[in-house]
Amino acid sequence: MGNTVVNASFPQSAGQSARQAGEGQSHLSQAERAYRAAAAVVDPEIPAVTIADLGILRGVEMEGDVAVARVTPTYTGCPAVLAIELAVETALREAGFEPRIERVISPAWTTDWITAEGREKLRAYGIAPPANASNSIRALFGETEVACPRCGSLETARISEFGSTACKALYRCQTCHEPFDYFKCI
Amino acid sequence: MAPASSLSRETLTALLLRLADDHLVLGHRLSEWCGHAPMLEEDLAMPNMALDLIGQARSLYQYAGEVDGKGRDEDQLAYMRREREYVNCLMAERQNGDFAHTMLRQFYFAAFMQPFWQAMMTSTDERLAGIAAKAEKEVAYHIRHAGEWVVRLGDGTEESTRRMKAAVEALAPYVDELFESDEVTRAMAEAGIAPDPSTLRSAFDAIVGPVFAEAGLEWVETPYGQTGGRQGRHGEALGFLLAELQYMQRTYPGMTW
Repeated sequence: MGNTVVNASFPQSAGQSARQAGEGQSHLSQAERAYRAAAAVVDPEIPAVTIADLGILRGVEMEGDVAVARVTPTYTGCPAVLAIELAVETALREAGFEPRIERVISPAWTTDWITAEGREKLRAYGIAPPANASNSIRALFGETEVACPRCGSLETARISEFGSTACKALYRCQTCHEPFDYFKCI
Repeated sequence: MAPASSLSRETLTALLLRLADDHLVLGHRLSEWCGHAPMLEEDLAMPNMALDLIGQARSLYQYAGEVDGKGRDEDQLAYMRREREYVNCLMAERQNGDFAHTMLRQFYFAAFMQPFWQAMMTSTDERLAGIAAKAEKEVAYHIRHAGEWVVRLGDGTEESTRRMKAAVEALAPYVDELFESDEVTRAMAEAGIAPDPSTLRSAFDAIVGPVFAEAGLEWVETPYGQTGGRQGRHGEALGFLLAELQYMQRTYPGMTW
């Protein structure tokens, strides 16, 4: 079978094919089966989204009988990294693969890799998804427009640059007065 | 990318340890605020920044352990080296002082590291280029967060202004050391691996200047800059920090969770 690679470069299509997978997986390649098993792992801190939704799973590759999953951290010091790697390893093992995890940091993860589906799931979960494109030039005190995930109001104010996890900031809606997390754009 | 000779391997290790020590020591200092910050939001912010710094330190220690080839892993480098073997800059180890002092120190360090990481993103060493690309995004947040506090306190109440001005005075002797150049930094710059810190001063000034202007703060020139951190000569504060940081591994060598 050689080195079959399933890349996460087109997470949209991966999401679609996962939805069509209802009729059974016997026709799928080993790499595709392994990818789906790994892709279903949810983020331990935001269980509403999978690691494929977040773009953390960069791909799964078969090296002989070993399924090599490439995983990238959102932040260098993200404490969830180990938990995610362990969960991927377990998922692959349960799907009948001998797993190996490779941590890749280059190219650096960006919120642009969160899929459209992932963004919608975040919003439904009460976390404002990152503003669409991460800008490379970040002006000091630059303000981003963040919509309240509950009422959609744009009248929101940042409470703190850092929220409950490294990847989130804390906001408050001025319209419905609810505080909420904003998934920071990096 | 494997360094060609043992000399360059030693030089690269020296550079990596300086960077890693800066980040671990400052990260540890920030973590000391956990549970003691003036408000809940800051109690979240400072450990979050500490996590970034310690995460960056881990990547650098892991690489240093591989490059130096003496079989030391990240834990041994962090927990089993003595005070005189630590080569962090003196600013990083300074005691936290009050909140204004901590935030100004964070702002200075971030304003130094951002152009550093930015330059390192095009390093001839792919591993370092990868670490830099990640860290550069993280440090941009630190600049913004700490910079906002410098403005808010500097241009705040009478007391906050007094405290921020005191922090500017207290930290002034520690700024120049960041930009020191020696045989290690020059060799790394020549090989295109890392920027020579002496070339980053104008980028630092371009970040600090506008924030100081908005905060109504004035730069304080100091005739006697402190130096020695890169040679392992530290102030009193580092020993106490390491005693706490290294306690577990010193007491139970090789212990794992």
